[in-house]
Amino acid sequence: MENQNIEQEVMLTKEDFASDQVVKWCPGCGDHAILKAVQDIFPKLGKKKEDIVVVSGIGCSSRFPYYMNTYGFHSIHGRAAAAATGVKLANPNLSVWMITGDGDCTAIGGNHFIHACRRNIDINLILFNNRIYGMTKGQFSPCTFRGTKTKTSPQGTYEDPFNPGELAIGAKATFFARGVDINPKELSEIFWESYKHDGIAVTEVLQNCMIFSNGVHENITGKDVRDDMQVKCVHGQPLIFGKNRDKGIRLNGNQLEVVKIGENGITEKDILVHDKTTEDTGIHMMLAHMMPPHFPVAIGVIRDVKAPTFNDSLDQVIENEKANSKIHCMDDLLNSGSTWTIE
Amino acid sequence: MTAKSKVVALEHVVIRFSGDSGDGMQLTGNLFSDSTAFAGNDFATFPDYPAEIRPPQGTVAGVSGFQVHFGHKPVHTTGDLCDVLVAMNPASIKANMRWLRPGTIIIFDSDSVTEKALEKAGYADDPTVDGTLADYQVVKAPISELTKEALKDFGMDNKSMLKSKNMFALGIVMYLFNRELDTVYKYFETKFKGKDQVIKANRTVLDAGYHYADTWELFTNTYRVEAADLEKGKYRNITGNTAAAWGLMAASEKSGRPLFLGSYPITPATDILAELTKYKNLNVKAYQAEDEIAGIMSSIGAAYTGCMAVTTTSGPGLSLKSEAMGLAVMTELPLVIIDVQRGGPSTGLPTKMEQSDLMQALYGRNGDAPLVVIAARSSAGCFYTAYEAARIAMEHMTPVIMLSDGSLGNGSEVFRIPKMADLPSITPPLAKADDPNYMPYRRDEKWLRREWAIPGTPGLRHRVGGLEKENGKGNLSTNPENHQIMTELREEKINRVANDIPLQEIYGDKNADLLVVSWGGTFGTVRTAVEGLMEEGKSIAHAHFDYIMPLPRNTEEVLQGHKKIVVCEINRGQFAKYLRMNFPEYKCEQFNKVMGLPFTIGELAFKIIRLWKIRISNKRSC
Repeated sequence: MENQNIEQEVMLTKEDFASDQVVKWCPGCGDHAILKAVQDIFPKLGKKKEDIVVVSGIGCSSRFPYYMNTYGFHSIHGRAAAAATGVKLANPNLSVWMITGDGDCTAIGGNHFIHACRRNIDINLILFNNRIYGMTKGQFSPCTFRGTKTKTSPQGTYEDPFNPGELAIGAKATFFARGVDINPKELSEIFWESYKHDGIAVTEVLQNCMIFSNGVHENITGKDVRDDMQVKCVHGQPLIFGKNRDKGIRLNGNQLEVVKIGENGITEKDILVHDKTTEDTGIHMMLAHMMPPHFPVAIGVIRDVKAPTFNDSLDQVIENEKANSKIHCMDDLLNSGSTWTIE
Repeated sequence: MTAKSKVVALEHVVIRFSGDSGDGMQLTGNLFSDSTAFAGNDFATFPDYPAEIRPPQGTVAGVSGFQVHFGHKPVHTTGDLCDVLVAMNPASIKANMRWLRPGTIIIFDSDSVTEKALEKAGYADDPTVDGTLADYQVVKAPISELTKEALKDFGMDNKSMLKSKNMFALGIVMYLFNRELDTVYKYFETKFKGKDQVIKANRTVLDAGYHYADTWELFTNTYRVEAADLEKGKYRNITGNTAAAWGLMAASEKSGRPLFLGSYPITPATDILAELTKYKNLNVKAYQAEDEIAGIMSSIGAAYTGCMAVTTTSGPGLSLKSEAMGLAVMTELPLVIIDVQRGGPSTGLPTKMEQSDLMQALYGRNGDAPLVVIAARSSAGCFYTAYEAARIAMEHMTPVIMLSDGSLGNGSEVFRIPKMADLPSITPPLAKADDPNYMPYRRDEKWLRREWAIPGTPGLRHRVGGLEKENGKGNLSTNPENHQIMTELREEKINRVANDIPLQEIYGDKNADLLVVSWGGTFGTVRTAVEGLMEEGKSIAHAHFDYIMPLPRNTEEVLQGHKKIVVCEINRGQFAKYLRMNFPEYKCEQFNKVMGLPFTIGELAFKIIRLWKIRISNKRSC
């Protein structure tokens, strides 16, 4: 099925994937950069335009399908994962991309999200995390930090947030990556990895909402701090970071710690080498968990393990059943088993 | 085998097998049904078991029943009052008092009477002795002891031997109705293939029951129900839920659109999901989702992707699916929603039937969100109703709700096997690849339906969703005039389905004094009651509605020309209200019952006759 794509699609450019609709996100919104990154990578997937479906829920980010010149389905609040599952099961040849936000995905859609992860349905899930409900104008979400003052938490929230990475990995996602909106090139690379992964691929994008949570990721993405507050996860490479690339993540006992290379006899050899393919979730969970101020945030593909996908498994059962059954059509079925004839 | 007693011919008979949950009454009933099929009778069956999986043994709550209604004439119902009750313990008598009529034969295991068993059943004394059952013919047989006696040479333990006592009871009933034992023997041979001892033990007990009834002359008469005059053809027995599943599969095969079911377990609809998961060999994708909403949403995703998509549920699940149904209305995608109704509101009566989801089906969504609603009239009829729901959904690009109920779903009936070639064609309006003029909300003039443009098809890329769309182009639109147009179009599209469904039939004289109206699963009882009154010479007619939204185009003509109209339904009058809303000039009286039970023929006839008397006295007073 893949071969049909090549001839036509090598010619595609990012403009081919932009729809004729005016993009209506606020100027300066992180969503623009994510859209650009997606439009950038789609021509390189080797898929025909008609074989890509973008599915979304409700929220600012979920307007995404209207801006993509592919098949698109803008569903209802929280339910994108369920709709995307139906699309993929109906036609596994389609490349299915699901766009969601932190409210859509981890609040009202939490149940569908964890079960999509657990089943390992082969969809690419991009979670725009701005830690706020933007479209409804600034209420706290399940990803809002404790103490944040919002429209519905005037005294500050008094509950702890989800970390989408921990949620995804805990729910058995076989792929988890994290990127930031101000680095669309890096995002494109992550989306390529997501596409190549068979099974659920969750990418959390730390995305800035200019209006309701402006600067919420500043301590990670700010020019002055980003080198010290982001560690790029590259498979097979040590987790080294910092302006001077002199800091690293070390596994000490059963905990991660930040160490300085050259201090206390620490060399590059002591630094944890990233292995995205290890089945055990322990280290991946710890990497996803890292947050400022004591840790940098892990960026890139944190987890990418192989497991049977739900859609492949279903297709396999169908093929087996077809091959082994004596019943091939409804007339066969209707006349099977216990019947009698009235002459 | 010859019967010593006199053989009496009967038109139709209702037998209820009743015992404790562990007594094997479902199997006994099924085996009797098989022999009924073999005898050429028309029949319908209904299992009546407790909601609890293992309720307390010996109690009324733990009674499990299986009813068989069979006849020489067409059988429309699973029967109400029984002619024969097989009661394996005192609790089974207690639980079924409601279903006895004067003269009912009660075949009772007299060994089951112990102080403890009576106490559990809530009897102070043995009901077979103290006059409780004076109106009935009680036939006491020491079934447990005789079963053990029959098996004494098999080297089995006490518990294992008693497991076969249902076969002894079956033997007695087979004798009573002059049945051949071959079908039961055959079942033993297939079921216990390779276990000769088990086959022999079961046969021995069955024979023992049969001969006991014969030798001890338990009955003054035995009975025979002549073969029914059924249309020529091949038949099978089918439950409503299985019939619905098969109807969907047939529609999928006919239309060429693969079947996708997204569903979540809920009583009494689960069996449709369970049935469809069996047929991966026929390319059915049945998906058990994480909740009701995921069930319908995955189906909507699959519908967008070109599948004949279905979701199945019962009342509480239909509530959960409301928002998603609105999405299916907005995106104008084909979708079948089957609601196997149960008693409500909330969790209500999960294992009992009701018709109280009608208003929810018609209007239970935000916004003006019209869709098609049709209802199944019988268990076997669920096949055709599901097929029709799928046909309308695909040919008119709309969600369709099919209303069934717990009695139809679990009940079974004789089903004449159709040939696929004889079923109506199903032709969805697929958009043509690379159509340069394709627009997502372009409509045909006749039906106002949009085209189905399936992902993977070149040149038809488009976006749909829950936001209001510009008519034609399908771009997002908040334009006030456009919303007015689109709302009216969605309504008119559903109204026009009326041009694609049959006219409403009226059974009997179309100018009859009294018109009895019903819909859905009450067809059998209402029709039987009306037939009875017709035979008595009453001026009565019956209109049973299968199509509810939209109503058949001649509905008003059907309502015209009667002195009285009575709408009978298992709710507080929802269809009556709906008719009044649509046809305010006609006065609709109501007959309603909400006990988790179907109507009985007797109570319907009684109500109708009362209406008569009121009418006549009114006339006199004029």
